[in-house]
Formats: sequence, structure tokens, C-alpha cells
Amino acid sequence: MATTSFPALATHRRLPNLFDLAAMLVIAGGLFALAHGAKATLAPLSVLDATPIHLEPSYLPGYALRTTLRMFAALAASLLFTFTYAVAAAKSRRAELVMIPVLDILQSVPILGFLSFTVVFFMNLFPGQVMGAELAAVFAIFTSQAWNMAFSMYQSLKTVPGDLHEAAVSFRLSGWQKFWRLEVPFAMPGLVWNTMMSMSGGWFFVVASEAVSVGDTSWKLPGIGSYVAAALEARDITAVFYAILAMAVVILLYDQVLFRPLTAWSAKFRVELTPGEEAEDPWLLRVMRRTSFLRIATGAVSDVVEQIGGWRLSLRPHRAATAEHKPSRVVDAIFIALMAVAVAAAVWKIVDFVSETLNWGDLGTAALLGFYTLIRVVVMMALATAIWVPIGVWLGLRPVWSRRVQPLVQFMAAFPANLFFPPFVLVIVYFNLVPDIWLTPLMVLGTQWYILFNVIAGASAFPGDLQEAAKNFRIGGFLWWRRVILPGVFPYYITGAITASGGSWNAAIVAEVASWGNTKLSAHGLGAYIAQATDAGDTARIVLGVVVMSVYVICFNRLLWRPLYAYAMRRTTIS
Amino acid sequence: MDAVSTAETLIEVKAIRQAYHKDSSADVVVLEDVNLTLSNGEIVGLLGRSGSGKSTLLRIIAGLLTPTGGEVTWRGKKVLGPPEGIAMVFQSFALFPWLTVQENVELGLEARGVARAERDRRAEEAIDLIGLGGYEHAYPKELSGGMRQRVGLARALVVHPDLLLMDEPFSALDVLTAETLRTDLIDLWAEGKLPLKSVLMVTHNIEEAVLMCDRVLVFSSNPGRIATELKVPFPHPRNRLAPDFRQMVDDIYALMTRRPTPARPPAPGTVVAPAAHTMVLHPMSINLLAGLMETVAAPPYDGRADLPPLAGALQLEIDEILPLAEALAMLQFAELEEGDIKLTEAGRAFVNAGTDERKLVFAVALRTHVPLAAMIRQVLDERWNHRASAVRFRDELEDHMSPDYADDTLHAVIGWGRYAELYHYDEDADQFFLEEEGT
Repeated sequence: MATTSFPALATHRRLPNLFDLAAMLVIAGGLFALAHGAKATLAPLSVLDATPIHLEPSYLPGYALRTTLRMFAALAASLLFTFTYAVAAAKSRRAELVMIPVLDILQSVPILGFLSFTVVFFMNLFPGQVMGAELAAVFAIFTSQAWNMAFSMYQSLKTVPGDLHEAAVSFRLSGWQKFWRLEVPFAMPGLVWNTMMSMSGGWFFVVASEAVSVGDTSWKLPGIGSYVAAALEARDITAVFYAILAMAVVILLYDQVLFRPLTAWSAKFRVELTPGEEAEDPWLLRVMRRTSFLRIATGAVSDVVEQIGGWRLSLRPHRAATAEHKPSRVVDAIFIALMAVAVAAAVWKIVDFVSETLNWGDLGTAALLGFYTLIRVVVMMALATAIWVPIGVWLGLRPVWSRRVQPLVQFMAAFPANLFFPPFVLVIVYFNLVPDIWLTPLMVLGTQWYILFNVIAGASAFPGDLQEAAKNFRIGGFLWWRRVILPGVFPYYITGAITASGGSWNAAIVAEVASWGNTKLSAHGLGAYIAQATDAGDTARIVLGVVVMSVYVICFNRLLWRPLYAYAMRRTTIS
Repeated sequence: MDAVSTAETLIEVKAIRQAYHKDSSADVVVLEDVNLTLSNGEIVGLLGRSGSGKSTLLRIIAGLLTPTGGEVTWRGKKVLGPPEGIAMVFQSFALFPWLTVQENVELGLEARGVARAERDRRAEEAIDLIGLGGYEHAYPKELSGGMRQRVGLARALVVHPDLLLMDEPFSALDVLTAETLRTDLIDLWAEGKLPLKSVLMVTHNIEEAVLMCDRVLVFSSNPGRIATELKVPFPHPRNRLAPDFRQMVDDIYALMTRRPTPARPPAPGTVVAPAAHTMVLHPMSINLLAGLMETVAAPPYDGRADLPPLAGALQLEIDEILPLAEALAMLQFAELEEGDIKLTEAGRAFVNAGTDERKLVFAVALRTHVPLAAMIRQVLDERWNHRASAVRFRDELEDHMSPDYADDTLHAVIGWGRYAELYHYDEDADQFFLEEEGT
């Protein structure tokens, strides 16, 4: 596979430090503040009740379009965020100290739990208009993409090859020119790849965020997600299948029209100068390159972009780098002091809010429920591993099969798993199964595919000479798995597992509770806790639940995945 | 080059010092008191071993680095950033993979805001001059190494710089390609077709320096400084096989092997560096060391060899054979004098020994002549669990050298110690350890 992925999450620092703690506190404080403001304005919302969702299939294309537009809006917002936040963090040492830990924590916060607040917050910005709910949905999608994209951009900016940087400086490119001629192109492959990978999270969120209810109020924005929600209320399983079909078409189009050409195009920005194997151009890119009208049009666009990139804007005159960088101590001190004030304010806000409504017992409950969810995640990851690793290895070692299967797996990974929940729920209700056990598989329904996808990629990239050596020494059976192929696919597996486990935590919020008409199912876990608190409009417990979950996710990442990833990188590569 | 009567000074380098500050102890000095002047119409070579700071000096002149001390003036003005009129060619080519040959070449013009038509014209001129015609629309990854470096040259020439800086421009190329490029460049220079006034190039290849330069500045290492300045009196085109040419190459060889690194003074009476176990070591493969000793021991050398022909016979560059020879000298398996290598008794003993005995001989040499290895073993012997973290040794090394050198040194000691079975090293734990007795 030419497209080895680099999870932004894993390649970063390993051990938490003081700045992580500070960032954590600031974010928690901010969330409390947001929740506080939101609670006060919970009542007067009943605008969207007037527009009902129709279950006739003929409405679906329209709904699908609305959903897609939300995705595009979120994508634009994420790009804007990436090109400002990540660039600022990469260019300023002081900003970096704060912005990167914040980003790191943010990507572990299950924002889905905060949907209710963000809806209310945006509704407040546009009182009485659908705009508010729309923006809230877009924001939810944004949160599923932006952190990842920004991280990828930041890491690229930090690892621009030294000789290219020197060449750019010595030929006196201005800061602006350097950014567009060197840094952005260099960041492009990683950015496109991470954007594509975050899309699946986006679909998941858009489905979840179109139909929201907080307390007694509920909204349904026209879209596929609302359509499914309405179908659930009406106990109409056929409609659910229509929705799945519509979603499949939308994702297929998105992939073919947007991401295939983008990935192929971004391959030209890869830095390795070796003319390695190149994937065949996707059909759309071929059409664009060969149709003279389209070529002229795209040529004109790229000319304009090139012109803009050529502007000789510069913030600072050319200066040589000093070997000893001496930043101003005074400015540093002021900066640290400001940060300390922000942290103190956050702590005060948290204590103030928490002491009002919560006690230590609530924290204990949340922690215990979090532990239940943790067990679910671990068990499900283990199950998914046991099932998909052998299958992935089998497929990956057979090029014909992996070529056939890989696009399908990629598609499954992108598909919002929450659309598949209803059939499962139906089965659970029908056979009267225990929700604590049988709701659990829903958590990995969408995320297991990352494991399969990466294991297939790893197995197909397994060196031919090592395979031959193993055969030559007649290594077979268990020994072959233990000594040959499992270590071979290990780094790929870790990459997939990190994504899968992160997604599972997030999915818990929608997977631990389910409904079918008036029947409500719920498992014991932090996800259900948050979902129920949302239903009850209990802001304090929502915040508590989300914070506890974030802590679990962060610890899980730091204590398990990052060391494993670092180990995999170190041990399974020669040189 | 006949109109050099009005030699104009282009670059003046005065008392340059470059050091990396270490908070714990003394600075690590890379360059010390370097002075040089560059005038119109000459090609000057900075010749030295890797790590002698010559590339650092080039970057200081290019305005990419600010020196710790001293100053560089370009046409009488102090250099504070990359000045106009200086262009650089990189060892790694440093081509932008997403730009075509033409776009790469136009980069410097674009930075100056040259209009598109003018850019096209001048790029084409440079591309044709350097022999890249027909490749305008190719991407760098479609080109061979030689063609890539031609793009690097065209990109530098297109801005019509007064001074061209070249950082080991041919060392990433194979022998044939490098030779073609060198002669092409020299021909263009001799015919006055290059839009340049002067060239400053960094190299570690003695023949290359003698072939191309009018003046060669030989660097010594630790800290880097200009040891000798030589004028190359031969007119272009030069003949590598001419006796004068060969003699000059031999002389420079002798010059470069004459003084061992000051970190290890030859006379026992001189003041030894603060702690002997903190001298810089470079990881050398045991196979190479053994192979070199075997070659020198065997006929026709019979224990003593002249380095230049030896290097030629072994197809090694000076940068490859000298560190080997020096490592042998440090372990006292051989002695170096005036460009000759001579095996010692210990060296002969090693060569004549069998596989297991060789390890013993090497272990003795290691414990006697590499204080760091002896110290590691001693610490391990003293510990109840016979384990010691490598961090403490690395920290101590970093007090006396740059982190890169500390890493190199540690690697060398790990590799040699493993071969000699003096101690083991566990990479996961970053620890040295001894195997339990009796296994």
C-alpha cells in the first residue's frame, strides 16, 4: 500500500506534562462556562417542530443533499481552522506551548456528549432561526475532523526537510512565498489523507447531530440522520434501509468525485524522489486532465493560486538563523503568568459549578460507569482483533483478494455505523436480549474496519524475501504467526487499533442507549450516563460525564497506545 | 581568467567562531578563528573531513547561519541574512519534488518578483547552458541523479549570482556522473560562459579539489580551522594522471594524515583533555577494521602501506579510509605517519589470531585504549545486578561534545564492546549489562 497512514494522535509526545494538565483544566473550565450559559437559555426553542420529516423515499435525495452540504460546510471550516491554528502553533514557540496540548486534549474529548450545549449555544447566536441548529450540526462534524487535520498540518510544518528549507531561504523566498511554495505542498499528502480518514467520523456525527433532543425540546434538521430518527420513532424498518441505501450512494460519490482525485493529485507532493509505484489515476482525474475545457478551467484556477502564492509578502526581513536562540525572558514570564491566570480562572469556574450541584459520589458513579465502558471497549477491541487480524492477513497476502476487498473495507469504515443500529436494536428487542451485553457490539460496528483495513495493508506490504525465507526454513503453524507475520503487521495493526479505539469511545455515547418506537434500551456505562443526562437536560452531569470520559480516553491513549506505537516503530523497522 | 588584474574582494570572513552552547559545561566549538578572503575570478575549495565544520562555514557565508563570533562581509557589507548575489548548490540537490524542472529553476527569479516572460527567457537560457534542454517539463523524480544536480546548478545560475556556493555538489553522485558534471562545469567556467564571478565549494575529495580549484583551503577538525592554504598552479583543463597533479594529491594526503585529532595528543607529556573517557569516537564496522588490517598485513604491503594507493586499490575515498586508519591508530593496532599506515605488534597479533582469539585481542585493546569502554565494564562489574543505564554515560559525553557526537561515540563503544564480548547492550531498556557467569 502506497498510502501508509500516520495517525496524528500517535506520533506525538508520549508522557503527559504540566501543559497537558493546564490544557485539560482550561478546556474543562471552558466547557463548564459554556454549559452554564447554555442552561439559562434552554427553554424557548420550538422552531423546528414545525417542519416534520417525511418518510417517503422520494424525499431522501433532498435530505441527502442537505446532509452533504453540512459536510462541505464543516470541511471548509476545518480547513480554515487548520490553516490558522496549526500554522500559528507551528510558527510561534509560545503559542505552541499552549496550543498543542489543547489540541491533544481536544481530540480526546467526546464532543458528541456536548451536542446539546453546542446546539443551544448556536441557537442563541441566531435566535428563532434554523441557522443555529444547522451551525451546531456543522460544528459537531467540524469537531470530528478539525483536530486531526490540524495535527497533521502542524506535524508537516515541523518536519519540512532541512535542505528544502535552506534552499527556499537562500533563494530569498519571502515568508508568504515559502509557505505556499514549500510548506503547504509538503503538508498536502498528509492533510488529504487525514481529511479522508476523518470523513468517516464526520458522517457518524452528522447522522447523530441532525436529530437532537435536550430535556423536553427536540430538533430535527432535514437530512438523512433525522430521517432515520423519524423512522425509528415510526418503527419503519424499510425506511431505515432506504436511508442506508441513500447514504451508501452519497459516500460512494464523495469518494469517487472528491477523495480519489484528491489523493492521486496529492501524491505529486510526496517528497521521496524515488519514482516508486504509482497508483493509476482515478477516472475523474483522467477525465479532468484529458478534457480540454476542464483542463483550461482547472489550469486557470491553479494559475490564480500560483499567482497568489507568488506574492512577495513577508512579515520579517530575511534573517539568518542563530545557533543559540535567545527568546526574551520577560515576554516568556508575562506569557506564563497569563496562562496561569487562565488556568486559575478555569479551576475556580469548575469548583464553583461542581460544588453547586455535584458531590464526590457523582464522581465515583461516573468513574465506575466509565470503567464499565472501558471494559466494553477493551473486550470489543480484543474480539475485533481476534476476528479481523487473521482474516486481514489472509486477504493481504493474496494481492487479487486484497485489491478487491480493500475499497469495500474503506467504504465500510466511512459508512456511519449508527445507521446500522436500528436492525440490531430490532433483533435485541425481538429476542429480548440483555442490553448490557448485546448493545456492546454497536460500539465497534463502524470502527472495526480500521483494524481490518490496516492489517490488510500491512500484510500486503510484507516483504517478499521475508516470506520466502520463512518458507525456505519451513516455518509454519503457530511459529509462523508468532515470529513472522504478526510482528510484520504489528505497526499497521497499531495504527488501525488507535483509530478504532478512539472511535469506539465516541460511539459509546450513542451505542449504549437505543430506542425502537417507545421501547428504550440502555446498558450500564458512561456513554449511557451522558446520553441520559442529555435527555434530562442535566448540564452538570453531562459535563462530568464528558470530562471523566476524556480522562479515560487520554489515559488509554497515553498509557497504552503511544508506548505501543513507539515500540512498533522502533522494533519492526531495520535502520 | 586573464582579466583578473583588478581583483575585487567579494567575501571577507573574519575571525569566525561557531559554538554550540551547553549549559552544563564548556561550549562545543565547531569552528575556531576562521579567516578567508574570496576575490573575483577564482574557484576556491574548502577541503576537509566530515565534521570539520566546512559545511557550517559555507552556511555562515550563505547567510543561513549566524556565527557565534566574528563576521562575514559581502561586497563590504555585513551579512545578516541570505544576500542578493549569492546562490547555493546543495549536496542533496534540494529540489522541490512538486515543481517541474522549469519551475524549480525559476524559483529564485520568482522570489525577486521577475515578470513571467523574463523568467521564462532566463530559465530557458540557464537550462540550455547546463545541458537540460528538453527536460523543462519533467519532475525531479523522473530524472537521474546527475540530471537532478544539473537542475540544482541551473537554479543557482539563473539568478546570475556573483558568487556560487557549492556544498559537496558531486558527492551524492556515482563516479562517472560526478566526473562528467565536474568537467562540464570547468569547461563552462574556463570558457567564461558561467554568469559568475567566483565559486566557493566544499569537498572532502582531494582529487576533486585539485582538479577544479585555483586555491584549496585544508581544514583540520576539532575545532574546525583552516590548517593550510594551497595554490593549484595548473591551467585548465587539468590532467589527473600528470605527475605534478599526482604529487599534489599525495602531498595533501600526507598533510591531512599528519596530525591526529588534538583530542588525542601524541606525546604523553602534553596536557590531556579533562577526562580521557570523553573523547569522540566514530562507529566503525569491525569487518572493515579487520579487513583493512588483513590487507595491510598481506603482500604487497607486508605491514606498511602508503594510504593514497591503498585507498585507490580498495576503492575507498579519503573520507572513508582515514577514519578507519585513525580508529586503528587509536586502538594502537596501527601507526599513522606522513600518509603511511603501519601495523603494530598488536595489529599483527589480531590478524594472525583465529575468530575467538581475535575477540580477546580486541578486548584487551579496547580496555587499554578506550577509557569509556573500560569505565562501562568497571561500572557493570561493581553493580550487584550488573546493569547500568546508558543515559548516565550519554549525559556525561554530552557535557563535552554535541549530542550527535555523543550518540556516535556511544554507538562505537556499544558495537566494539559487543564484538569483544566485554559487555552487552539492551536497546529497549537503553542499558548495558553483563551476562550471568557460567552461561
